[in-house]
Amino acid sequence: MREPSESGRFGEFGGRYVPETLVPATIELEVAFRDAWSDDAFRAEYDRILRDYAGRPTPVTACDRLSAELGVRVLLKREDLAHTGSHKINNVVGQALLARRMGKHRVIAETGAGQHGVATATACALFGLECVVYMGEVDVHRQALNVFRMNLLGASVVPVTSGSRTLKDAVNEAMRDWLASVESTYYCLGSVMGPHPYPWMVREFQRVVGEEAQRQAHAILGDDPDYVVACVGGGSNAAGTFAGFVDTRARLVGVEAAGGAAIGHGVPGVVHGSKSFLLQDEHGQVTEAHSISAGLDYPGVGPEHAFLAASGRATYEPANDEEVIAALQLLTRTEGIIPALESAHAIAYVVRAARTGAIPEGSSVLVTLSGRGDKDVAQVMDILSA
Amino acid sequence: MIEESFREKRDAGRKLLVPYLTGGYRDDWTDVLRAMADAGADAIEVGIPFSDPLMDGPVIQEATRLALEQGATPRSVVAALAAVDAGVPLVAMTSYNLCFHAGHERFAQMLAGAGVSGAILPDLPYDEADGWLAAAGDAGVETVLLAAPTTPDARLVEICARSRGWVYAVALLGVTGERASVASSAAELAGRVRATTDLPVLVGVGISNAEQAAEVCEYADGAIVGTAVVRRTLEGASPEEVGAFVADLRAGIDSGGS
Repeated sequence: MREPSESGRFGEFGGRYVPETLVPATIELEVAFRDAWSDDAFRAEYDRILRDYAGRPTPVTACDRLSAELGVRVLLKREDLAHTGSHKINNVVGQALLARRMGKHRVIAETGAGQHGVATATACALFGLECVVYMGEVDVHRQALNVFRMNLLGASVVPVTSGSRTLKDAVNEAMRDWLASVESTYYCLGSVMGPHPYPWMVREFQRVVGEEAQRQAHAILGDDPDYVVACVGGGSNAAGTFAGFVDTRARLVGVEAAGGAAIGHGVPGVVHGSKSFLLQDEHGQVTEAHSISAGLDYPGVGPEHAFLAASGRATYEPANDEEVIAALQLLTRTEGIIPALESAHAIAYVVRAARTGAIPEGSSVLVTLSGRGDKDVAQVMDILSA
Repeated sequence: MIEESFREKRDAGRKLLVPYLTGGYRDDWTDVLRAMADAGADAIEVGIPFSDPLMDGPVIQEATRLALEQGATPRSVVAALAAVDAGVPLVAMTSYNLCFHAGHERFAQMLAGAGVSGAILPDLPYDEADGWLAAAGDAGVETVLLAAPTTPDARLVEICARSRGWVYAVALLGVTGERASVASSAAELAGRVRATTDLPVLVGVGISNAEQAAEVCEYADGAIVGTAVVRRTLEGASPEEVGAFVADLRAGIDSGGS
């Protein structure tokens, strides 16, 4: 996937739709990122931390029992095994290094499921940075363990009580903080969304997922996989994964929560700094997403995904809550891997597509398992015992 | 029309007062608007409620939420404005998505058709604004652009070249809301804008009372007062009471500015 245009666009999507107060900061960030990303010393330190601290490369696991069950060959890229339990660590290590390089000592972040918040709090602990995480009140309750983790790591978690009290509102509140604190504070956005350069920068920091997976899958299959599948909320694990396969013959599939399918049900709109597909009503008011998974409970999607969808290079499919719970159970029982509810969306699509023949029998499928399910176990227990 | 009247008033020695009101959250909101015009406002900003008011603090967020809950839409708010003969220019303030969703031409024509003279879209910086500015210009809608304390001089030149009506100098870093005192960044920014353009320069965000409005009018051409008005209406102030507050602001800047 290419660099965005000078104005931060992927096709017609992206841009820098933020109040004037923040425009100079996003330009400063772009300059700093370009400089760092072309600096061998920065890259070496980023690689070293991902290797020695975050546990990269994460393995690719060939799922024999699940494959036998589905009639397609399933490989999992195991981001659940990365430090803090998801791919989010890749991005925050990059951004925390950048914050330090830019001389910013206070870091703010938004979080949905809490994975990005935990990852940010972790990186801030590692680098000795002050950390404030905005989290919707609904998510604070359904992800109480992650709130405690963040506190334990020394971060302050601010519950957000406005709007739908989920990820969308956490982003609003983080941006409001940044409006007031922009001179001293680094905003560590957790996905491939927001104003330029975030969608591009976060994809670059997640590119490692796809580049590793491409080499690993090739070693196992002797070829590239036929399909590459990842879940999409804002879309960072999918963007990182697709970056490694966009130049191969693999079909790229992003899986959205059925109740938050910005590409499936949205129309182009502008919120949180960029133009992309967005769930909205007939007047242009942003509508609330509804998903079992806090991390996918977001009405928008990263602009590069909008571009990949519009250009046809990737397709985007929905998975509903019931399919997701069933997929979580299936993967757990056949492979002994409890996926995060977000990641279970990707599995759910593969299960459905294999059974309907949308993915033909005998195909090879690389699925990015973006995170582990520990954080969701209590919620799944409630759902299954209801 | 805004720019012409503002330049005339400024050149005649009058300081400009622009109060803000969230559209559609009280049945009598257009009465409040009229009362503010009668009390000496030189123009009035009307907020068209948007689901995600990024630049607003808790008070205007709450008015926005209530308005949406009561079914306010861009069309209903603008239609209500068409029926108001305020006697001063009206300026729509909203987030860009409502404009983008409707389509630039349609949105501009909707405003112009209702007699709305201007627009402020805080999340549309000039870098992204070419399409909208062209459509607004064709429809005769003057788009007021924001300058911020963080704006470097080179961007300020671009902002002043494109802004119509006036230049909105954002007094501080942060969201809308009342503050105990005027931020020191306000005077510095107003001075920089004045050194860049002959357009009227109005200071807004955090201007809470008559004293503060008078203070910014010592170095700017006028003051914009939002949250202090909206808070009063949320607390149940009648149109007359809001009018009295605006008259108080007027008296403050008239005495301080002379």
